[in-house]
Amino acid sequence: MKSRIPLVLLACGSFNPITNMHMRLFELARDHLHQTGRYRVIEGIISPVNNNYGKKGLVSARHRIAMAQLALETSDWIRVDPWESEQEKWTETVKVLRHHYNESLRWLQFRKELVRNNWPTERTTEDFLSSLDPVSPELKLLCGADILKTFSTPNLWKEEHIKEIVEKFGLVCISRAGSDPVQYISESELLTQFQHNIHLVTEQIQNEISATHIRHALCKGLSVKYLIPDSVISYIKHYNIYTEESEGKNKGDLTSAYESTQHNDKHTK
Amino acid sequence: MENPDNKTQVVLLACGSFNPITNMHLRLFELAKDYLHETGKYNVIKGIISPVGDAYKKKSLISANHRVTMAKLATESSDWVQVDDWESSQNEWLETLKVLRYHHQKLASSNPANSLQNAVPLIKPGRKRKQEANRYIPVKKNQLSPETKGVPQLKLLCGADMLESFGIPNLWKLEDITEIVANHGLICITRAGNNAQKFIYESDTLWQHKNNIHLVEEWITNDISSTKIRRALRRGQSVRYLVPDAVRAYIEKHNLYSPESEDRNAEVILAPLQKYARGCKQEQTL
Repeated sequence: MKSRIPLVLLACGSFNPITNMHMRLFELARDHLHQTGRYRVIEGIISPVNNNYGKKGLVSARHRIAMAQLALETSDWIRVDPWESEQEKWTETVKVLRHHYNESLRWLQFRKELVRNNWPTERTTEDFLSSLDPVSPELKLLCGADILKTFSTPNLWKEEHIKEIVEKFGLVCISRAGSDPVQYISESELLTQFQHNIHLVTEQIQNEISATHIRHALCKGLSVKYLIPDSVISYIKHYNIYTEESEGKNKGDLTSAYESTQHNDKHTK
Repeated sequence: MENPDNKTQVVLLACGSFNPITNMHLRLFELAKDYLHETGKYNVIKGIISPVGDAYKKKSLISANHRVTMAKLATESSDWVQVDDWESSQNEWLETLKVLRYHHQKLASSNPANSLQNAVPLIKPGRKRKQEANRYIPVKKNQLSPETKGVPQLKLLCGADMLESFGIPNLWKLEDITEIVANHGLICITRAGNNAQKFIYESDTLWQHKNNIHLVEEWITNDISSTKIRRALRRGQSVRYLVPDAVRAYIEKHNLYSPESEDRNAEVILAPLQKYARGCKQEQTL
């Protein structure tokens, strides 16, 4: 029986704050990938964006990470990773992917070393070690299908980054029922070339919990119970995180992504 | 009960299958409460979830015991919404109006300002439930009216689908609908662009009492229907983050939803349709 390819899902975003919908994306993606019969999803990683991203209303990464941790307490396979948020400046998505991919390789190597050191020498052939974990896990970017659309926004993504993301890693895109993400793929030569590495998943049970709406509701004193975990609601109340003031932060600033690509424009391609 | 700020006290009652309860059901309460508070006129003091009894005979309806238990698990973290199993423990199916009357009476009798002499029996003896075609039915004021001092107003909380189900032949009695909107009131949570307003406009009965029908638009597109949850479960798909975790764990532990459970009552006619179809065949216009 052909063994399944181990797979890790990585979601990048503001998570400002994390919502039930964010976590639902992971569940949907895992179900879909398992149903193909080809993959075994072994881990989910939430990577909140760096503070220097400069998005309006973005609160400190310290809080966003803490809230995500609270939200994921009950999950046995999804975790938060602070690496991206700890970098000195905003990091392009492809670099985050590279980092986590290298980490998983490093981890795999470490496990192999561990086995090698615990077993008598004559049994630790390379073949034997390979058979323990024949393939290194694939790492795929988990996102909403609207991200496919943003690939065509001028100056938001570097062309070579998009290529590396879809070629070397792959995408798992969740879209709502009734929308047609296939057209975004067909409108792009690059995406069409690597469409086999873009998994489209439709969410039939609409549950669009926009973090922006959540923040606005919190500012107005409206209830967000059952949209985000209770533990996150308590945390937000305790630290009074979302206020009129926090919403006004970074207002009018260009986001780092635009700045970065504008600046580097002459160096691309 | 003292009411220093002169706001009308409100209790919200939601009737339904809750098969199973979902985050969407729970959201209805939160949205309704926020809406009523924002008007400045109301103070919502309690929410009641009343799962329907097994005698309703709806297709795929599993045992009331499970549905009540799941609802209780779901509301454990709420300090104002609770589950009531009176309706589900009755042997026969009860009209929604009867459940409303029961809870209203309960609220009234627990209020020290009202003695039992003001109470009206749930079923009026000797009074036949007549259906009168094409006439609006005046509501008798000797019934327990919402103006009774100190008694909170009891309002029916629902989604737009329940409101529009008023138009399904033989499902509701016109006089029941009239009494619900006249004496109690409706809070209906709708999606943007929904037909609820049009539906009310096109009904003489609803239009007459439109001040007692509150339409609340939800700001999140939330389509977590129990039907879809059951379907996902049958297909081995995850329902995490769509229903409370305790409910998900309970369903898993007891393996509640399967192709077999979905087929329950498949050959049976829904209780209200059975009841009313047998009776008067006259058409009634909502």
